[in-house]
Amino acid sequence: MVVTQLDPLAASLFSLMTIISLLLAFVMLGSRWLDNYLYAFAAESWVIAGLSASVGYYGGYPELYLIAILTALFRGLLLPYLLWRIIRRLSVNRELHEILRPSSSLVVGAAAVVFSLVVAYRIGEQLHLTGTVVVLALTVMLSMKLIGFLMLTIRHEAITHILGLLVLENGIFLGAQILVPGMPLLIELVILFDLLIVVVCFGVLVRFLIAQVGSTSSLELKRLVG
Amino acid sequence: MIGTLLIVIVAAPAIAAIGAFVADHTRTAEALNLAASLVVFAAALGLVVLSGGGHHVYWRQYIMLDALGAWVILCGAIVYLLSSIYAIGYLRLLDEDERLPRFYALFAGFALTIVAAPLMNNAGLYWVAIELTTLVSTFLVAFERHASSIEAAWKYIIVVSAGISVALLGTVILYWGGSLVLGPTYDLTWETLRRAAPQIDPTILTLSFLLVLVGYGTKVGLAPMHTWLPDAHSESPAPVSAMLSGALLNTAMLGIVRFLAIANAANSGFLSRGAFIGLGLFSVLVGALFIVRQRGIKRLMAYSSVEHMGIMALGFGIGGPLGVAGALYHMLNHSLNKSLMFFGAGNAMRFYGSKAIGGIRDVGGRLPVQGALWLAGAAAITGAPPFGLFLSEFTILRAGLHGNYHWVTYAMAVLLIIIFIGFLNHFRAMYYERNYETSEPGERMRAPLSAWCVVPMWLALVPLLVLGLWWPADIWYHFAAISQSLSGALP
Repeated sequence: MVVTQLDPLAASLFSLMTIISLLLAFVMLGSRWLDNYLYAFAAESWVIAGLSASVGYYGGYPELYLIAILTALFRGLLLPYLLWRIIRRLSVNRELHEILRPSSSLVVGAAAVVFSLVVAYRIGEQLHLTGTVVVLALTVMLSMKLIGFLMLTIRHEAITHILGLLVLENGIFLGAQILVPGMPLLIELVILFDLLIVVVCFGVLVRFLIAQVGSTSSLELKRLVG
Repeated sequence: MIGTLLIVIVAAPAIAAIGAFVADHTRTAEALNLAASLVVFAAALGLVVLSGGGHHVYWRQYIMLDALGAWVILCGAIVYLLSSIYAIGYLRLLDEDERLPRFYALFAGFALTIVAAPLMNNAGLYWVAIELTTLVSTFLVAFERHASSIEAAWKYIIVVSAGISVALLGTVILYWGGSLVLGPTYDLTWETLRRAAPQIDPTILTLSFLLVLVGYGTKVGLAPMHTWLPDAHSESPAPVSAMLSGALLNTAMLGIVRFLAIANAANSGFLSRGAFIGLGLFSVLVGALFIVRQRGIKRLMAYSSVEHMGIMALGFGIGGPLGVAGALYHMLNHSLNKSLMFFGAGNAMRFYGSKAIGGIRDVGGRLPVQGALWLAGAAAITGAPPFGLFLSEFTILRAGLHGNYHWVTYAMAVLLIIIFIGFLNHFRAMYYERNYETSEPGERMRAPLSAWCVVPMWLALVPLLVLGLWWPADIWYHFAAISQSLSGALP
């Protein structure tokens, strides 16, 4: 896809969808309820599926329609369903101990976005692509990465950690749709299935955690040090 | 011929995994896994011999065998064979016979992913293979089902998955950089990327290498991303620890090296190599600090792995024929030696019923034969002559002096001396001190250690000694071919 000769309508559509996904990542950052994380993640996946489909339409990549359908089914329905089943088994439904209050973490998240914007802008300048959707895609990709890591660092519940990892992946996937829509289909499919296995493995481990450690908070995981 | 061997090397552990799972009988599972490990070892030897200097592509370019991949597979296959032998003796001591078939199924599956990852000719598929190694081995780490092993498994899967997602980002960015040169759709093979590298924007190339370095570096256990490693290595059963340390870490190192080759091909490897060397040196430093003050026996071995991965990173980072040869030789020696060390640690843990160095005393008196083997291994792993690691570490030091990395070389030499003193001091205490720091052990031992637990220690130590005294010329040629292919000079 030649981003420099993009239909203005398409460019604004892509921008809108990437911004919505970024906002949904902030929803996760700003809440302390596990349910909210889950809904935000599912919504984000649907937006990304929409993005895949519209990139496929405007860029002329019919195989992206398949990716869009699979994204919606896997990331938008199946993964949230599996996670919902895990949450139902848990005795907690919110983050209990916070290093940073949600409001403060929103500020840190905003700083992460600014940092990503600076990095993305510099890369865009280097390649003479400033003012295109590329800079935005890079920004959102990097900031979702950082927000995912932020969730992994400042939250303690096992389920939040899983969702943090999925946000990391969503960020990459979203960026890849705009930057490299021509990425071979096989790779994308394999990565989708890989994610499914990851979540199933996490589900099993969470059950072990409940049975053996008696808690799903990483604060309780402090036996091994040094 | 190579094609047949490739099918064999992948099919053998797959059949063993399925067979062990279906049969659900402990002795059958043991036999299947052992047979598979023998087949994998033989096939890996064949692949190294046949691979020569060229590279062979199969199945629509998704599978590739080159000299480097064959070498990594061989290192993994050796560890798989040794730990399969050891596992038979060790796991019978655990009193969990009914769960053993599942253990062997997972173990063979783990070996399958380790053998398959180096064969991936596609940066994306390689990433997936590395992710699969994590998923399979997590359940091996958690196998003993103690609270501490579950904790280790959880930390392992979270830290490593987060880490290698950074590598995926690096891969996607590299693909994007390539798509500006090669057009929107192309195969993400190592060779394509290497040929396109000189035209790819250097900023993108460096950025993607740094991301990949951090990502796969997490899996390799380079400090400061090593945090999962001591936990996972110390909490898993000893044969799994050996596989993690001796086979898995190399497989991930391969990814960094392949990306470094791409950066080298573009002649923009300066910053990339510097970062690689910096992380390597920092890993040796962290290894040294934690080895000196360590209290757990298997954590001691784990930090030694961090250190040795750091040394390998230094070798590959410094590069040149000497650096690459040293690092590759180090890979083989470390695989042999670390298996030996973990087997010894497993035996001592079972015998004394303690994971603490303070609870293990008078090893030489109580376990004369294995004690001697373990002590020889300890001398070897700290880089004492006449064992293989001395030779490979010395080669890397020479490469450093040769390549004008004087300060790096001096720092590495000083840290190696600190590690030598710190590591062997723990062994001095375990062999020659009589006072137990913890309760009097030795009563919890149910059965004497069987030959299954001792034979693999011999099988590791003897080649280690031979490799220290004699560096076969054929291995040199093999390394020369690899370093040629990594240097960026196109064939």
